Amino acid sequence: MTDTKRGGLALSAQNLTKRFGDRVAFEDVSFEIGYGEVFGFLGPNGAGKTTTVRTLATLIAPTSGSATVAGIALAPENGARIRQRISVMPESPGLYARLTVAENLECFAGLYALPDPRQQIDRVLRAVNLAGRADDLCGKLSKGLRQRVSLARALLNDTADVIFLDEPTSGLDPAAAREVHDLIDGFRKRGVAVFLTTHRLEEAERLCDRVALLNTTLRAVGPPDELREQLFAKTLTVRTVTPILEPDRVFGGIPAVEGWRQDGTATYLLTVSDPTVAAPHATRALAASGADVLSIAESHHSLEDVYLELIGEDTEAVPQ
Amino acid sequence: MSATTTRVRAIYRKELREYRRNGSIVSTMAAIPLALVVFPLILVIALPPSAASSLHGDPLVILLGIPALIPSIVATYAVVGERVQGTLEPLLTTAIRREELLLGKALAALVPSLAIAYATYAGFLLCTELFAQPAVTAAVVQWPYVVAQVVFTPLIITLSIWVGIAISTRCSDVRVAQQLGTLAGLPVLAVAYLVSFDVIHASTGLALGIAVVLLVLDGLGWRFVSAAFDRERLITSAR
Repeated sequence: MTDTKRGGLALSAQNLTKRFGDRVAFEDVSFEIGYGEVFGFLGPNGAGKTTTVRTLATLIAPTSGSATVAGIALAPENGARIRQRISVMPESPGLYARLTVAENLECFAGLYALPDPRQQIDRVLRAVNLAGRADDLCGKLSKGLRQRVSLARALLNDTADVIFLDEPTSGLDPAAAREVHDLIDGFRKRGVAVFLTTHRLEEAERLCDRVALLNTTLRAVGPPDELREQLFAKTLTVRTVTPILEPDRVFGGIPAVEGWRQDGTATYLLTVSDPTVAAPHATRALAASGADVLSIAESHHSLEDVYLELIGEDTEAVPQ
Repeated sequence: MSATTTRVRAIYRKELREYRRNGSIVSTMAAIPLALVVFPLILVIALPPSAASSLHGDPLVILLGIPALIPSIVATYAVVGERVQGTLEPLLTTAIRREELLLGKALAALVPSLAIAYATYAGFLLCTELFAQPAVTAAVVQWPYVVAQVVFTPLIITLSIWVGIAISTRCSDVRVAQQLGTLAGLPVLAVAYLVSFDVIHASTGLALGIAVVLLVLDGLGWRFVSAAFDRERLITSAR
């Protein structure tokens, strides 16, 4: 990790806005990302995710607001300096179909002015398990393999402090997707900030230290656990063989239980302030009441629940 | 090697590889000079010695249309081709500056165009020497005209490349770009015909004047096209 990486932020945006005429692509977006952090950027189609990435990658200029990328202020005169310190894997692979895998990578190694490009190409091809396909024409590769070449291209710039990955596992089989996840973990360990745009919420939940939910404006930013806690009350789910005769009496006096409701004939959802306190007391109260308990479990809300809670009820996103 | 040189070289090599593997580009680049050279060559070979006095290197002047038309095929594809392939965005997210990108593309268009144009002239001169009447050959192959070909060819090619790339940055359809590029080459062809038919009288002063103008336009072309190369519009406007 470099000195620059130890201090400062890998990426920050303050009130960043992009409009195309009257149409708002994204508005008032603010966040900060540290080095070695994997940051998930989630949102429906047309929410402004790709435009945000393009803005941070200096392809398009923001209408207002400010940002720093790899510690460099986002400004037209800094474009080439910023791009030297980032890597971008766009959603569409964008490969030269008439060139081989190695020739595609050779071109981009040259564009990053990498020393010893042949060695770098071998490195990234091994990283994405394509060492044996170096001489294949890109136009003849399957979608999944093209996606891997695109990822290999993004890995070429090994001086990158920030890497933008737009749907990196789209079109990949589960084993290949797992390899990509391992690569992302590798970036984290190397202190590279990863800006991950994905529709795969389970992927974001598994990989990301923090996520941001965007639907033109930012709806939430934080670690997935924190967002869950903010949005959903903690609950215990109690299932019994037969309905409890007097549930009010059983659940009423249990410490840390704030309320309860019946969900089906013999299932009870207990809203609790602290499951570790409530669960043992609930178990004892149920046993004392003679209830035949099938299970007591803490209910988990997924990132998908968070997403649907924050985004799902929005009106249709602005088309891009 | 500086980073700029490395980046320009990367684009140059990539472009040449793509040309080589794109049969339609190679065949079109070869067909245009053939189409332009056949008529003057037949004319020269068929002329009797008595007609030689009416020739003053005129067929060579007509051949100046070749450098105006060949590069437009690849130059007009330079940017719009990247857009339709979906390769422009990955390219522009690298550290390359627009001036470097355009220079790499221009060089890649210049080298094969120059080689084809010079090879066509050489073929024309060789056929004239071999098959035309000696008096006709003497009238056609006049050193001032040959020197003019050698000097004007790279100047016209370079201008044609910048015009082609400028068109390519503004178009969203490859066919439209290539048609406009061909149209843009016609004024040069028209001037060549006017000189050939002595409507514009060829002289050393005129040649020097045109050469200077072309040189200036070639230099300005790079700056102008670089300034007109708008990343945002190219990325966000509809293909």
